[in-house]
Amino acid sequence: MSALSVSVSRTCPATGRTIHLSAERLIKVNAVVAVVSLLVGTIAALLLVLTRWQAVHLLPAVWYYRLLGVHGMNMLIFFIIYFEMAVLWFASTVLLNARPAAPRFGWFNFGLMLLGTLIVEWAQWSGRADVLFTSYPPLKAHPLFYLGVIFFAVGALLVTCQFFATLVIAKREKTYVGSVPLVVYGAVTAAIIAVITLVHGAMVYVPTFLWSVGLIPEVDPQLYRLLWWALGHSSQQINVAAMVAIWYMLGALTVGSVVLNEKVSRSAFVLYIMFISMASAHHLLVDPGFSSAWKIVNTSYFMYMAVLASMVHGFTVPAGMELGMRLRGYNDGLFGWLRHAPWGDPGFSSLVLSVVVFGFVGGITGVTLGTEQINIIAHNTLRIPGHFHSTVVSGTALAFMGATYYLLPLIFRKKVAFWKLAKIQPYLFAGGLLLLVMGMTFAGSFGVPRRHWDISFSQAPYDVQFNPAVDLFLAMMGIGGIIAVTGALSFIAIAVVSVFFGKPVGDMPRGPDIVGIPPGLTNPPVHVANVDELNEALHAPSRGIFGATPGTLVLVGVFLVAFILYYFANWKLLTFLWKIG
Amino acid sequence: MLTKVHTGLDPVPGIWWRPAHKAEKVWVAIAFAWCMVLFAMMPLWHFRGGQNPSGVRRRVDPKTYYARTLAFAKQYKVAEDRGVPIVQAPPGSDVYLVGLTFQWYPILQLERGKEYMLHLSSLDVNHGFSLFPVNVNFQIVPGYDYALRVTPTASGDFRIICNEFCGIGHHTMVGRVIVVDETGKPVADNSHAAVKSGDQP
Repeated sequence: MSALSVSVSRTCPATGRTIHLSAERLIKVNAVVAVVSLLVGTIAALLLVLTRWQAVHLLPAVWYYRLLGVHGMNMLIFFIIYFEMAVLWFASTVLLNARPAAPRFGWFNFGLMLLGTLIVEWAQWSGRADVLFTSYPPLKAHPLFYLGVIFFAVGALLVTCQFFATLVIAKREKTYVGSVPLVVYGAVTAAIIAVITLVHGAMVYVPTFLWSVGLIPEVDPQLYRLLWWALGHSSQQINVAAMVAIWYMLGALTVGSVVLNEKVSRSAFVLYIMFISMASAHHLLVDPGFSSAWKIVNTSYFMYMAVLASMVHGFTVPAGMELGMRLRGYNDGLFGWLRHAPWGDPGFSSLVLSVVVFGFVGGITGVTLGTEQINIIAHNTLRIPGHFHSTVVSGTALAFMGATYYLLPLIFRKKVAFWKLAKIQPYLFAGGLLLLVMGMTFAGSFGVPRRHWDISFSQAPYDVQFNPAVDLFLAMMGIGGIIAVTGALSFIAIAVVSVFFGKPVGDMPRGPDIVGIPPGLTNPPVHVANVDELNEALHAPSRGIFGATPGTLVLVGVFLVAFILYYFANWKLLTFLWKIG
Repeated sequence: MLTKVHTGLDPVPGIWWRPAHKAEKVWVAIAFAWCMVLFAMMPLWHFRGGQNPSGVRRRVDPKTYYARTLAFAKQYKVAEDRGVPIVQAPPGSDVYLVGLTFQWYPILQLERGKEYMLHLSSLDVNHGFSLFPVNVNFQIVPGYDYALRVTPTASGDFRIICNEFCGIGHHTMVGRVIVVDETGKPVADNSHAAVKSGDQP
């Protein structure tokens, strides 16, 4: 292996890891296509938000619904899954110093995904698939639309198999000692959930394709909704697992986060695998096809164990950051570790904003909406996109952006372009989204529907007079959306210019700040030699129950109080409704 | 050689199944307890609360359901608005509502404080039942009859907005529900307030 590796691999100057060039190329193409999809989705996002902002109302109805489908597919499927394919290649090869399994087959699978993507884009842009992202039958699209989705999913499924094969290679060839790192463990979790998800995708899209070409007479619309959400929501759970893995990775790279306890963090990942796909049932809480017992079992027992997992990561990730900082000497007071953190490092600010918005906004609203009865006041209102823009976008997409700032110098070996812009980009993106999400959530609480072209109902037979506050909330959504789009476009400009026109990284001397290289690489957060002693001291029984991470315990306490208040405020709102049973 | 303290990027040698610190155990216990509170609320509300999406569910042929709704509308019709019958059935009876692109049929007239069995279904595609301004939302799936025991608590002239995409005219799909008070007094009718020229999609 060593004789061969001269030509097929290189050693990373910053981290000392072995990077196999065949894997590196696969990481690069997947990341590039992910960013292109993000660009398409972002342009659609701008047009959509300017249409939903009723004062502007930009697009005609046909194009609003068409671009809503385009936006959903490009953001939730293409951008995120291509990026996850890059993460899987990265985690299985770079983090384990391993060679990729069957790289040529990897190119075939990438080609299959790309073919599927192009077919879907063609069908959507040409108006042959105006069925929105969920494509609920009996609304019917062009058969090639379903086939494109199937091609894409099969390609992704095969890459996932290659990921597992690469893990086997790494184990056999002993490229690492002991158990896989936590970040890889998180990627394994994402990959397992991906298999479950993509199998459901086959179960739902293959019959729908056969129906669209007339080979089977009908697809049961309720069964479709059940199976589709096992794909649709579980695929967001791939994102969550990948995102949490990236949290641990960015924490390690930026502030030297330590793993408090492998048992706790890994068990939380296992909870995701076991419970998350059944929790998809929370999309069907006000559907006619299922009994209350079924809804409660699937969303209570099963969903809340996944919620538990997120609450555990919501503690271990910041606590790991806190302990990592304390071990490096930032030990003053409750929050000294936060004050001294590298807030100008886009990798770090992305990480913190991702954790905070995902947890406080996405997590709390999501669990509340996923309650059988509370769903009555939320189902299909703007509260729903309000929720998932705070999870998938402010959480996952932002974490992916943060990871990109480290991938650019490490994998593409290019300096980050527009470095000053890069430093504020995470704040711009997260701030805009927070406004957007607040606007959507409040407007939805007043009954404003999602996926709706004209809430002035100018062509409807009866008038609908929304509370005047709705105008304010929609303006908030519009302005927030414009800021968020600016943040996303800044990211795209940074990524594209860095990759294609960026300066090569060259030497990376330790110490001085270098424009275009995240400080986590030039000033890596290295622990001192006697770190185990320091750790023992911080865990001394005399420090009491708050132990080594008192700041984090305070923060999660604030989180819990916010959670409880929001949850019960929603039950109170529910009591104002008609009596329904 | 790796130290015991390590980051998430480092492989873990040896056995990593070690006891957690007390602070972590406390948080996991609190989180678990809170999840159990979340879990208990749903069954509890079925016994103690007044808003549950349980209802009676059965499969139905869309055409049969549509015929039943037409017969119901004919039997209890009391007036008409823009060609759509206003239908008032006696309290306690079954009332039928059907969603079809892009219309709700018929207009229901209910009495405040009285319970009805409200049947919801679709003739063609998925629709979303959203009662405005009460913000009650249900999914309507063709081939399924969703029957909910409903008691209006306030009188007034309500709207039904479709909030599931059902085709290009989705945003024009608005229906009406009228709730009269105990004396049967008709309430103010604002249905003509803001109707513009009816371009059909």
